Amino acid sequence: MLKLLKKICEVGIITEQFNLNDTTDIEFIGKSCRKLINKYFASSLAIRMVDAGSCNGCELEIQALNNPFYDIERFGIHFVASPRHADMLLVTGPVAKHMEAALKATYAAMPKSNLVVAVGNCGVNGGEFGVSYASLGAVSNIIPVDFTIEGCPPTPAKLLTGIMQAIGNRNV
Amino acid sequence: MNITCNDWRHEFALKLAPENILLQEQNVSILTIQADAWQSASKTAITFNCRFAAIWAKEVNQNFQLNIPLELNGKYLLLRTEIPIAKPEIASWANIYPAANRPERHTHDMFGVIFLDHPDCKRWTRHQAWSETEYPLRKNFSPNNPAIEKETPPDVDYPFFKLDGSGVCEVPVGPVHAGIIEPGHFRFQIAGEDVLNLEERFGYVHKGIEKLSENMEIKSLIRLAGRVSGDSTVAYAWATCQACENAINIEPPKRALFIRAIMSERERVANHLGDIGAICNDVGFAFAYYQFSRLKELWLRLNAEIFQHRFMMDCITFGGVKQDLTTNDIGKMHQEIADFKQELIELFAIIENSESLQDRLKTTGILTQEIAEKIGAVGYVGRASNCDYDLRRDAPYLPYDELSIKVPIFQEGDVAARLKVRAKEIMVSLELINELLNTLPATELQFNYTGSFKNCEGIGLIEAWRGELLVYVSFDENGKIDRYYPRDPSWLNWPALEQLIHGNIVPDFPVCNKSINCSYSGHDL
Ligand code: SF4
Repeated sequence: MLKLLKKICEVGIITEQFNLNDTTDIEFIGKSCRKLINKYFASSLAIRMVDAGSCNGCELEIQALNNPFYDIERFGIHFVASPRHADMLLVTGPVAKHMEAALKATYAAMPKSNLVVAVGNCGVNGGEFGVSYASLGAVSNIIPVDFTIEGCPPTPAKLLTGIMQAIGNRNV
Repeated sequence: MNITCNDWRHEFALKLAPENILLQEQNVSILTIQADAWQSASKTAITFNCRFAAIWAKEVNQNFQLNIPLELNGKYLLLRTEIPIAKPEIASWANIYPAANRPERHTHDMFGVIFLDHPDCKRWTRHQAWSETEYPLRKNFSPNNPAIEKETPPDVDYPFFKLDGSGVCEVPVGPVHAGIIEPGHFRFQIAGEDVLNLEERFGYVHKGIEKLSENMEIKSLIRLAGRVSGDSTVAYAWATCQACENAINIEPPKRALFIRAIMSERERVANHLGDIGAICNDVGFAFAYYQFSRLKELWLRLNAEIFQHRFMMDCITFGGVKQDLTTNDIGKMHQEIADFKQELIELFAIIENSESLQDRLKTTGILTQEIAEKIGAVGYVGRASNCDYDLRRDAPYLPYDELSIKVPIFQEGDVAARLKVRAKEIMVSLELINELLNTLPATELQFNYTGSFKNCEGIGLIEAWRGELLVYVSFDENGKIDRYYPRDPSWLNWPALEQLIHGNIVPDFPVCNKSINCSYSGHDL
């Protein structure tokens, strides 16, 4: 137990202030987003994530948002299990035909004021998989999409920016 | 007769088909037999104690060619036969080899091959996106068929196993799961908290990878291969390149092979780190989750710095690798490994000594050696149940033929053992990366091949982080891809979950599932 506490102290808090090299000022987005989340989502934005056919690369990066470096929860954003609790639907993958019904059902179960964000090149435009007998390609072919985050897969930093921009875009 | 190998395969061929020719291939020998000997071949295989590795079909003129690679003592034998498309019937291997069950059903759904006496011939990969009488991998099936406009209904009437009795209830889980994970369906029969039966149902993320690869150029195939299962992108790219390189009999320069191995070990470490944290988190030990996800993030950041991609996607090319390592890169990796070793020793000790954590992990989700062998489990799932097999040591491909590989083995077969195997494997990989960096040969990075790819085939075999990854590639007369079949280790390990969950309670399902962590995408194709 002592070793464990020692380790926690040694490592300390590693969550990063944003100083990403890209042109977007995340601190700014983060702050203004926080305001929007406070105002429109009662201080917490709940995300339901659906993999509609991804190769699982995008999932790895979305999972990384919860690691101590990005710690997405500090912005009041968290992932939830039920679409009924969700304000945002994050969808990855080209939409596999076998996931069409499940994706539509998840979308239908969400509150009306939702935001849909398509993640990864596959979700945005079908990526390597495109449209075929088994794949429906872009998420927007199936449900209305409010915002897209490109990348194969998008890095956690890009995801974070994208999620925040999606909120900003919606309510500005 | 032209028998050129001196191991069990020689004996096998003599026993089964003395009139046939056994070809010595690069890494796999091929034995062609008559279709009516298919069933007796399965019996011979089991008496030899061979492991069933895969089955795939391919359309060849008016026939379907069927292929089953068998493995014993690190030697591979590919059994092959042909049946007419007009009457596509063949004996099933699934009664003797449970591992053949789902792959045969996949072959049925994709080609319409009928496996006689199959113990459970329900559809597998097919849901409702195409009809029972259409077979996507037949050459006359258009990849764009049927059109996008047609809505695909959910596969509601799949005949799941039923269990009746007082106090028994059924719990359907998925396809959309609670966390940030891939979709699949689990059907439980439970009494109170105890799981009586679990049936898996996959195919939700089937996106037509095999069909899509038809007629591709080699470059596009390798890009696609890196996206069959994103968490194994290096392994897929390597295995696929290896298969293509074997097809035309070339060897990438040594430096390129070393860099491939470095990337492959880095992929193993990254996934093991992430999963160890996640397993602990599933039983409420958040400390380990934060520590290991921290280390994984640092590890991925160095990937991004050196290879320009956090998962090293598209870094392996046909005949070589995309980029070299500078002295600076090598120094950074050495430094990182030194730091990680220290931290990991400390962290593994905390995990080992945390009684409440061990209490949850030990004796949870036991996969006995007997069952593991029977279903042909590979990778850390097999090795935690005393199935001592690792391609890097037992069927070494370049550059592992020059390295000595320690393979951690445990007997217990529980979640704790699977975690320990992976913890030990991280340490082995760190040493390996150091060794590879220290002995990096000074050669070219790319074999420049200008010849053709006409009518050739090859098999790639890699010890991916999940276990044996097998890839088959064949080229047509125009040098385009004729058939691509990647067999993820998950095909062999998913059935383990149905077995090891017996006698466990429903709340332990997530940690059991995480402890085998199979790929849905790699399986559904
Ligand atoms: S965008 Fe890339 S990482 Fe994401 S699902 Fe598609 S292929 Fe995989």
